[in-house]
This record gives sequence, structure tokens and C-alpha cells, in this order.
Amino acid sequence: MTIEIDGLTKQYKEHVVVDQLSLNIKMGEFFALLGQNAAGKTTTIKMLCGLLSPTAGDALLDGESIVHHQVAAKKKLNISPQETAVAPNLTVFENLLLMGRIYGCSKTEAKKRASAQMNLFGLTPRQSNKAKTLSGGYKRRLSVAMAMMSNPKILFLDEPTLGMDVRARRDLWKILNQLKGQVTIVLTTHYLEEVEMLADRVGIMHRGRLRTLGTVQQLKHETKKNSLEDVFLELTEEGAL
Amino acid sequence: MKASVFATRNHKEIVRDPLTLLFGMGLPMLLMWLFSVMQKNMPFALYEISNLTPGVIVFSFSFLTLLSGMLLGKDKSSSFLMRIFASPLSASDYILGYVLPLLPIALLQIIFCILAAVFLGLSLNISVLLMVGVLIVISLLYIGFGLLLGTIFTDKQVGGIFAIFVNLSTWFSGTWFEPDMIGGTFQSITQFLPFVHAVNAARAVLSGAYSDVFVPLSIVLGYTVFIFMIAILLFQRKIRGQS
Ligand SMILES: Nc1ncnc2c1ncn2[C@@H]1O[C@H](COP(=O)(O)OP(=O)(O)O)[C@@H](O)[C@H]1O
Ligand SMILES: [Mg+2]
Repeated sequence: MTIEIDGLTKQYKEHVVVDQLSLNIKMGEFFALLGQNAAGKTTTIKMLCGLLSPTAGDALLDGESIVHHQVAAKKKLNISPQETAVAPNLTVFENLLLMGRIYGCSKTEAKKRASAQMNLFGLTPRQSNKAKTLSGGYKRRLSVAMAMMSNPKILFLDEPTLGMDVRARRDLWKILNQLKGQVTIVLTTHYLEEVEMLADRVGIMHRGRLRTLGTVQQLKHETKKNSLEDVFLELTEEGAL
Repeated sequence: MKASVFATRNHKEIVRDPLTLLFGMGLPMLLMWLFSVMQKNMPFALYEISNLTPGVIVFSFSFLTLLSGMLLGKDKSSSFLMRIFASPLSASDYILGYVLPLLPIALLQIIFCILAAVFLGLSLNISVLLMVGVLIVISLLYIGFGLLLGTIFTDKQVGGIFAIFVNLSTWFSGTWFEPDMIGGTFQSITQFLPFVHAVNAARAVLSGAYSDVFVPLSIVLGYTVFIFMIAILLFQRKIRGQS
């Protein structure tokens, strides 16, 4: 198992935002965490990335505890945050180099990796454009490419296609499909299509709780529904618990 | 090593958006010229170039607060900092990464202002050189204020709070009028805040009264260390996800 989550909980005063989350994710798996706004997806990812300390529970990333061995765990992962977190005045190439160097690559190695990522993400023609001049779709590609610069074992993508137009979204899906198998990916989204296109397995979160877990086929079968949309609507109905 | 990589990024980020930078260089030189013109018609010596230069340079450092505060605030609101916090960089790497690129900017501000002052009648001697050293130390105080503001507030809030900061640091600095002309509470606040001590330390070294540098500079250093300690503490908490 690459990710073992055990009873992970985050509570703000009375408000339980993530409630006793437990699940395992295999090496190389593409896992989608699906849920409405405020379901607790970002909070879960932040805890797994060591950006937020859990109120209770723990998770092991490639064997390293996010509570007890945070620095070791951080070396295994990288994240593309919900907002497109790029350095606005640096070029595409410089942004990528920066990430490589921060994770300890030599200059030569960082350049090699940056070229490879630019090829994969279709960023080569934009390599000397400043990040702030890129369109939303390209910014997002850059953001994911930056996360790949550290050769992470685990990649967290928080709503990577939020606010993208149809074509940009399809383009990014194609790219993400190429990453499949190379790296364990945890993606959050509220787009059902995205899950059906990309995910090996899906977990549906509602009000901080994991409502169900399995392949899209399994979920349809278990709930006797024809589409993921029907499954989702049933499990996230107001009052459903 | 990693700090220098991060510092290079921050340097580029600042100089490629040079409006604030140019303002922070140009405005002090303009003020220096205006006030030394006024001095010609004044009965007292406050705006004599040897008094004015240290005060104006210290004033120009408030732009360092703006630059570092805005950069950090922006990195926070764009989630860029989240990316950095998820990396294995340490708190001291971040802090150094934000401080180092501002030091050459401080040095440029000092040099430009001194050149303007020489043009307006300041004589170059060893004290001027020593003042450069003292001023670089003082610049850390203003950079530290920026880091603290940027850690606590968003970039938009930093813009507003800077307006307050620049007023405080100007009114209570003794550059434009002598605080003891007002006295009372105003005088006490002035003595409590570090700004007047920064100006006094720089004035003392420029006038060659080296033994008068020690006390005000120590107060400035004390403030600097205190502010950096709070900033590092807050940073560490954020890195460990306790905020
Ligand atoms: N710092 C915080 N303090 C209090 N509540 C928070 C905080 N951060 C997030 N929340 C709440 O946690 C819930 C889940 O948020 P989030 O994890 O961002 O959801 P999602 O990413 O699924 O949209 C929301 O109701 C949000 O208001
Ligand atoms: Mg979210």
C-alpha cells in the first residue's frame, strides 16, 4: 500500500470537517475523491500533505507517518493546490527549474526534468512566457507539471480542472492519463465525468464522511443505479447519512 | 543552498514588477532635494543634508517592508506558499529566501540616496562608508516588519496596513521634526518605537560620533531579533500545519 489512512479526523471547534476517514490506496493507483463543495476534500488533502495537522488519526505515505515523520513523508509527495499556485513573474521553464532545485536536484538534472515535463504537458512552446500571462488551462498544466518535478511517489491534485473550458479539461485529462501507473495519484473533483474518464477507484465524501468506496462499476452495481450521477445523487442527498 | 534557490526566485519576482521598486528609489531622492531647498530658508538645521540623509534613507526602507510584505502576502493568497510548505524546505530556508533578495535593494537605495546627497552638498568621508554598514543592519528591521505583515495578512491587507505603517514609521522617526518639540505622550511613543533610534544611529555614525551609535543601534537590533523570532515562529507553525 502506498497510502494507508486510518481514522483521519479534522475538527474546528464543534465542526467536524473530516470524520474518521479510513482507506488504503495502492501503488500506481489513480484514486478520485469525489464530493460536493465543503465535503472536506481539500482538508483531507492538506492533512495528507502535512499542511494541516489532524485532530485525530494518522496516515502512512509509503510507510512514513504524516504525524510522526512529516519531513520524510513530505519527500514522497507533491501537490498541485486548488488555486493555481505558480510564481507569476517567472517563466514556465523557470517555474519548473525552481521546483526541481527546491527538492534538491542539481541544475543539470533540473533542466533535464523540466524539458521532459514540458514535453509531456505540451508546455514547450510556452517555455519562455511568464506564468502570469498563461491562460487558465495552461496555468493549471504548469501547476501539475511543477508538482511532477520532484518525481513524487504520490501526487495530489486538488480540483485540477476547476473553472476550465471543455477543451482545456479534455487536454488535461489526456495528459493525466499518460501519468497513470507512473505515480500514485489522488485527485479531488466534483466532476463526475472526470472520475469515469480517469479513476481506477473512487471514494465519495459527504459532510466529512466517506460514504462509499470502489470502482465505478462496483458502485453502480451496489446501489443498483445506471450512472455514476445517480449513485452520487443518492449518496449525497441532504439528510443522507 | 535551497535558500539561495528560493531567494533567486524572490529576487526575480520583485525586480520584474519594478513599479514599487522605482517608487522606493525615486521618492526618497525627490524628498531629499525638496527639503534641502527648503533648508535654505529655514532658521534651524534639521534639514541640513547631514541630518536629512540618514532620515530619508531610513524612510526609504519602509518600501522594503512593502515589497517583502506584498510578496509574501501574494504567495500566500495564490497558494504558492502552500506548494513551498509541502516541500521539505525548513523555516530558516524560507525566511532567508525572503530576506536575502531585499538586501541588495536596500544597498541600492542607500547608494542612490548618498549620491543625491553628495550632489546636494554632503562630503564623502569614512563616516559615510560606516553609515552604509549601519544602514544595512537597520534595513533588516524593515524587512522583518514586512515578513511579519506578510505572514499575518493577505497581499490586499498588506497594502492597507502599509499606509498605516509608513505613517507611524515617518511621524515617529524624528526625520521631519524633532519629537521633543511636541513632548508628552508623543515623545514617549517615539522613544518606545524603534524608528527614531534607527535614524539616530545613522545620524550619529554620519556625524562621526561613533560612541553614540551603540545604544540606538542595540535597540533597533533588539526589535529586529524580536520581530524575526515572531515571524519564524508563525512560519514554523504554518509549515507544521498548526495554524
Ligand atoms: N480553517 C477553517 N476553520 C473552520 N472551518 C473550516 C476551515 N477550513 C475549512 N473549513 C470548513 O471545512 C469544510 C470543508 O472544507 P474543504 O475541505 O475546503 O471542502 P472541499 O474541498 O470538499 O470543498 C467547509 O465547510 C469549510 O467551511
Ligand atoms: Mg476544495
